[in-house]
Amino acid sequence: MAVRDRARGGLGTEAARPDGIPKVRGDFAFSSDLHVDGMLWGRTLRSPHPHARIRTLDVTPALAIAGVSAVITADDVPGELHYGLISADQPVFARDVVRFVGEPIAAVAADHPETARRALEAIIVEYDVLTPLVDAEAAAGWEPIHPDGNVIRSVVIRRGDAAATGDVIVEGTYEIGMQDQAFLGPESGLAIPAEDGSIDLHVATQWTHSDRDQVAACLAMPTDMIRLHLAGVGGAFGAREDVSMQVHASLLAKVARRPVKMSYLRDESFVGHVHRHPARFWMRHHADRDGTLRRVEVRTTFDGGAYASSSMAVIGNAARFSVGPYRVESVDIEATAVRTNNPPCGAMRGFGSVQVCFAHESQMDLLAAELGMDPVELRLHNALRTGDRLPTGQVLRGAAPVAECIRAAMAHPMPDASPDEVLARPGGAGRTSTATEIRRGTGLAVGIKNLMYSEGENDTASATVRLAGGVATVKSAAAEVGQGFVTIAQQIVREVLGVEEVVFHSASTAEVASAGSTSASRQTWMSGGAVAQASRLVAAAICQAVALREGLTPEEVSLDGTTVVTPTARIPLADAVPDQPIEIATTFHHAPTEPLDEDGQGDADVSFAFAAHRAVVDVDPDLGLVRVVQITTGQDVGRVLHPTQLLGQVEGGTVQGMGLAVMEEIVVQDGFVKNPSFTDYLLPTTLDAPEILATFIEEPEPDAPFGAKGVGEPPIISSGPAVVAAIRDATGAPLRRMPVRPADVALG
Amino acid sequence: MTETNPTAWPAESTYALRVNGTEHQVPDSWVGESLLHVLRERLGLYGSKNACEQGECGSCTVLVDGRPVCACLELAAGCIDADVRTVECVAAGELLHDVQAALLAEGGVQCGFCTPGFVVAISELLDRSPDPGPLEVREALSGNLCRCTGYSRIFEAVTSVVEVRRGRP
Ligand code: FES
Ligand code: FES
Repeated sequence: MAVRDRARGGLGTEAARPDGIPKVRGDFAFSSDLHVDGMLWGRTLRSPHPHARIRTLDVTPALAIAGVSAVITADDVPGELHYGLISADQPVFARDVVRFVGEPIAAVAADHPETARRALEAIIVEYDVLTPLVDAEAAAGWEPIHPDGNVIRSVVIRRGDAAATGDVIVEGTYEIGMQDQAFLGPESGLAIPAEDGSIDLHVATQWTHSDRDQVAACLAMPTDMIRLHLAGVGGAFGAREDVSMQVHASLLAKVARRPVKMSYLRDESFVGHVHRHPARFWMRHHADRDGTLRRVEVRTTFDGGAYASSSMAVIGNAARFSVGPYRVESVDIEATAVRTNNPPCGAMRGFGSVQVCFAHESQMDLLAAELGMDPVELRLHNALRTGDRLPTGQVLRGAAPVAECIRAAMAHPMPDASPDEVLARPGGAGRTSTATEIRRGTGLAVGIKNLMYSEGENDTASATVRLAGGVATVKSAAAEVGQGFVTIAQQIVREVLGVEEVVFHSASTAEVASAGSTSASRQTWMSGGAVAQASRLVAAAICQAVALREGLTPEEVSLDGTTVVTPTARIPLADAVPDQPIEIATTFHHAPTEPLDEDGQGDADVSFAFAAHRAVVDVDPDLGLVRVVQITTGQDVGRVLHPTQLLGQVEGGTVQGMGLAVMEEIVVQDGFVKNPSFTDYLLPTTLDAPEILATFIEEPEPDAPFGAKGVGEPPIISSGPAVVAAIRDATGAPLRRMPVRPADVALG
Repeated sequence: MTETNPTAWPAESTYALRVNGTEHQVPDSWVGESLLHVLRERLGLYGSKNACEQGECGSCTVLVDGRPVCACLELAAGCIDADVRTVECVAAGELLHDVQAALLAEGGVQCGFCTPGFVVAISELLDRSPDPGPLEVREALSGNLCRCTGYSRIFEAVTSVVEVRRGRP
């Protein structure tokens, strides 16, 4: 067996983040930090109505203000009037009709943010207010609010014996509120027009090439005239997969012929990006006395809001994973995403799997209670294993350590009793809970998530690796949003080429082909795969060059790990061609997937990842206050590439999931967002964060580069449902809705 | 419509601010500008972040006369004669402050947008209270939001600084 040289900072090590030092010093340039001399400030005029006809739009008073350089509306859009991630159905600016509160109508560029704000106030818009469609379940029968209709996509999955039933049947309805990604770095960017009419757009995004294509289409410019550069990204979680200010800033810069910076304020951010879909479910589970699931029936509606964004993909996930990580032969699933006059919804970490997890895990607990069975045992009994068939008929071929995840989550020690200090009680410094009233509860939930895109959407990732003078450089457009792909890419190159010094160059759209989106837990697999593939091609090219130089046949030169072996010598790869730079660009593909047929059957997914969470909570049942004390997890990761970064993904995702369980909800009433601030939209703080204990299950995924699965999404899927289950355990309240509000606990 | 009368805009004024020990002239500033806006857009000190500009997130945390404040809530003109310290003066030249080094070593930095605020807030906490209990740490940092980490690695960083400063490994 060949012993591989373990490169310093290679896979499995605690390699340092290349962006770490600038980030702790305050030197790292986030998109909102960008500035150039003579730049203007852009701002957006937005609809105050969920549904209205625009009667008059007069921007001349704004243009008359000193310091205002440009005001643009739909009339100024030279190219495509609409954009969108999957289907171009969202107007760059509303022209005749507005469909949600916050829809852009015009944008201004001025010498100072305050001038820009005043210019917006000077624009005259008159509306005929229309009745908004705000109830998702009424959407299908309502007159179309958009030319594309009100049903964005309906997915049916039917499989097995429709007459199948079991000894026990449980049925429930569930509801999930709208969650915000709430990244901290505001939507922002800087568009700089060049002499030749081309534009450099520096922006925080998850996918530069998709943004570039959408901007170019709307500006009626060839794609090479728009150069997208990734600016520092202050978190993303799905909210930067869609275009926000990209088209507006570019068009303002083009019209004003000056650089334009845009940066949303927090209240604007709450309407300026898509959110996690609110959803409603009905589910019916049939099982035998021994707990074996016989049939699952699902009906669900996801509220997509005014524009499609990625709703069609989200609802596909919701349908495919609505049964959860369990084996069941007979299913009848109908999942529909609809259009309403509510804020648009699209990608958020977990992407459809989060909503369904709350419903299927609530059902599993109901079923366990009905059977008089331990909920852990019920899940273990039905847990998916490699070789099982999914509701789509797809056979699960990769690693599926679902039972191991459950056992690992349960194996962690239970927390001590909470210290009798006010801050540690439910309600914290509010000092309202009475220590003697507090009850403790425990809950378990398990989730499943697909990795990469699905249903025949065969995404790819490109990357370039260059080796020169003993230094390797990776050029990639993979968006680093905080997850640490920049570290992983360096580790991969070190591992394959054995060089220590690896530079990660975040390349613009002019320099490399697309890396695809930083979403669907896909970059480690896809862009990591591209970096590995390019590195291996570089190694092969070095072997060839050595053969040529030494007058050897190709067969006489081989690789042993990161060492070139010839009949007479062993040379480290990096030293084998000291002077001659070798650069190779490549594109990585995953195994192809196929679309679902009319019965929802097909090999729609590349791979799956699983996690289980156990939550322990303290509840004051009279006041409805909850403190999450501890969450433990077992997660299927394939292989640990960077222990601390992995832990960071798991802890961060788990706390986001906990936030959805007990405090995070965008409250929308009649189409209006009622809480667009961090005072009213509550994010978990240091006082809310529970203790988190994690175990990683390393069962290498056969098709994945280095056996590693994506790890970003599984932590957020079942953590929230586990917390809700724990609150039920503590209180006995039915809790059919997530997030759980104090009244749901206190009043049942 | 709100009435707009450009001639009634507030007068611009020039004043001096002492930031990180250096006197800076702030020319042509509007009186209503926040300390955060002046630090970032007039003095080019972009280290203090602007996640909310409403006093809700702590990403803009700076010290004014040694007290941690949200720079987005302070009027810059109100800080004339005060000593303003930002994240940019925490490291000693190339050498990272132990809080900065610990945040990196423990994995407390992901996107990094909250990080400058945490660096300032943690340093101030440990200067004031060298051996804080876990709940004291949580309470002291509860005005600093982080959306990426779930806070555990940040708590680990605080613990490791306390232990190293106490002379324990
Ligand atoms: S930016 Fe000042 S507290 Fe958020
Ligand atoms: S690291 Fe992203 S907000 Fe804290």
